Amino acid sequence: MSENNREIAIKLSGVKKMYKLGQIGGGTLQGDLQSWWARVRGKEDPNTMIGQKQRLVGQTFMALNGIDLTIYQGEALGIIGANGAGKSTMLKLLSKVTAPSDGEIDIYGRVASMLEVGTGFNGEMTGRENIYMNGAILGMTKAEIDAKMEDIIEFSEVREFIDTPVKRYSSGMYVKLAFSVAAHLDSEIMIMDEVLAVGDMAFQKKCLTKMREAANKEGRTVLYVSHNMNTIRQLCDRCIVLDKGKIIFDGDVEEAIDIYLGTTGVMSTYYDFLQPTQLNRNAKGKVLFKYLKTLNSADMKFYSDSRIEMEIALAAPKPLEKVKLRFEVRYQNGITSGTSFLDKPFNLLEGDNTVTLHFDTTHFVAGKYYVDLVAYIYNQFGNEEYLNGIYPGFAFEIIEDINENNELVWLPQYWGSVHLHDTVLVK
Amino acid sequence: MSERRIENIHHTHITSKRKWYELNLKEVWQYRDLIVLFTKRTFSLRYKQTILGPAWLFLNPFLTSVVYTVVFGNIAKIDTNGIPHILFYLTSTAIWAFFSESITRNAQTFTSNANVFGKVYFPRLTVPVSNILSAAIQFCIQMIMVGIFLAYYVMKGMVSPNWPYFLLIPVVLIHLGIMGMGFGIIISSLTTKYRDLGILVTFGVQLWMYGTPIVYPLSEIGDGLLKTAVMINPVTMPVELFRYAVLGQGTVLPEYLVLSWIITILVVLFGIMIFNRVEKTFMDTV
Repeated sequence: MSENNREIAIKLSGVKKMYKLGQIGGGTLQGDLQSWWARVRGKEDPNTMIGQKQRLVGQTFMALNGIDLTIYQGEALGIIGANGAGKSTMLKLLSKVTAPSDGEIDIYGRVASMLEVGTGFNGEMTGRENIYMNGAILGMTKAEIDAKMEDIIEFSEVREFIDTPVKRYSSGMYVKLAFSVAAHLDSEIMIMDEVLAVGDMAFQKKCLTKMREAANKEGRTVLYVSHNMNTIRQLCDRCIVLDKGKIIFDGDVEEAIDIYLGTTGVMSTYYDFLQPTQLNRNAKGKVLFKYLKTLNSADMKFYSDSRIEMEIALAAPKPLEKVKLRFEVRYQNGITSGTSFLDKPFNLLEGDNTVTLHFDTTHFVAGKYYVDLVAYIYNQFGNEEYLNGIYPGFAFEIIEDINENNELVWLPQYWGSVHLHDTVLVK
Repeated sequence: MSERRIENIHHTHITSKRKWYELNLKEVWQYRDLIVLFTKRTFSLRYKQTILGPAWLFLNPFLTSVVYTVVFGNIAKIDTNGIPHILFYLTSTAIWAFFSESITRNAQTFTSNANVFGKVYFPRLTVPVSNILSAAIQFCIQMIMVGIFLAYYVMKGMVSPNWPYFLLIPVVLIHLGIMGMGFGIIISSLTTKYRDLGILVTFGVQLWMYGTPIVYPLSEIGDGLLKTAVMINPVTMPVELFRYAVLGQGTVLPEYLVLSWIITILVVLFGIMIFNRVEKTFMDTV
């Protein structure tokens, strides 16, 4: 049960979950019986479309495709990934709502899962009745609920309305009450799926603090899925990134967020675009980006008034004229700062080419930046024709530049990531 | 999904495979408070926003019995072996309502709870069990009414119940409850895929009632194929046994009672098997 002296809370090995596509079962018993009888006799399925090996409804989709993961007790694990990456499926498996198609899961401890707020809440019943109902559904006994009733009501901030049917509640009150029940469960493991998306800021903060305490002080394990990176940052001490049913990253929270936001997160003076993770997409373009090399830095850290000297290698299958490049710069919070265009076009010969450029970092405030690299040409009709792009092509960091004229600390959340020229006082 | 405690820590092991007979009754017992709450909810929600409220618990079966008395007693003139019609029909509808509730309520287990089942795990069997419990409570309420009429007719000397057999009534309830749950969970498991069954069940249960000696006593059917069919019907014997106890009139044949138990056990085993199969993945098909 323990590995490296740490107690395991959850262990997944080789977990897969397959879903059937199309209309399940075809809807009729007769059709299913026909197909089944045909399979038994080894004959062709009469419900097959001509030229198709299997019925359309037989096609499958792997929502999780081989997950190996060990979560230790007291960890607050964040799970991030794009829609359809398999986050919710994973939580469903862990909360036993559905079973895996393959693989094994071991859970040490009781699980309180909140895949939705207020599961089992009934509008006709009062807040208090719903606390009992919801608590019982989540696995508490009546005695346990009685003992915690005061705490739950206190935490929920809806004391005046506790004996009113919940159908008269505002959505915020509803969520507060529901969260309070789940937060007071005596479970060793808490599973949450984006439940903090509703409720006011103050309550969100209270919830995060409560969960943080659950992990730190009470040694409970918290699994948290969210698209809100700030809550992930505040709550989690470890984070995994899911993509197409697989774990593509497991470790530091900031790095995971960087990866999720579509960045490699790694600042490097040499980017190899032919490495396997990038090649698939890169190879589909009309030109192939091969590498990007920075010539004037060892660590990709710059002051805001410097320039990055770089060499980009491109391979073209045929000669191309008037190729242009575009640099779309994103700040570390994922928001686009601005875009820089190459001042004049260049020509590409068939085969390998290298170009040397200077990228200007003036105006950027301190922080990390990710630059998407896009190559395009203007065709004979004057329209832009996309050749290829690397998302992102490179990353750099601007280190604090003490500005004598401005003694304030820059606030990127309000002011953005570009420091415009000062406005001039004329008179 | 097997669970056991290691060093006081609750251990759950989840794989894709599961033994067909695994029921986890212990877990159901741990969730007994939930069963009570589900049962309470059934009653507290059913008559919300009605004027007569809980009075419907009495009115409903009473009106049904009155209709049966008029239609089958006075118009069709079915002989009830000298038992007053209204008492005969009150008794019959009480026991039948228990059985049919057990089926129809359980037949919707998965489909009507899909949104809750899809979000949180608790032993799914708690729902069928609480359904049986609600049906049993409803039965007890109806029996109060039966008791009032019975007392009146006993005093008038028109009915002589077999008092010692009253002890068997709980057994009859368990028998019918298990059977109803068995059929109910089979239907509910199949309706996750084939919705047709859910529609059929109301009609089927009604038809079944006419194939069971509810609106007529078993003694009214002449010998022949029809009688054999009614006797094989697993509900017949428990119903007759029940009426034998309460009304003192009924045809109970031990061999058919045993047959009924065998069918019940087979149905419930098959039900558990299919319920187990469906329980863990029904969210993907419902």
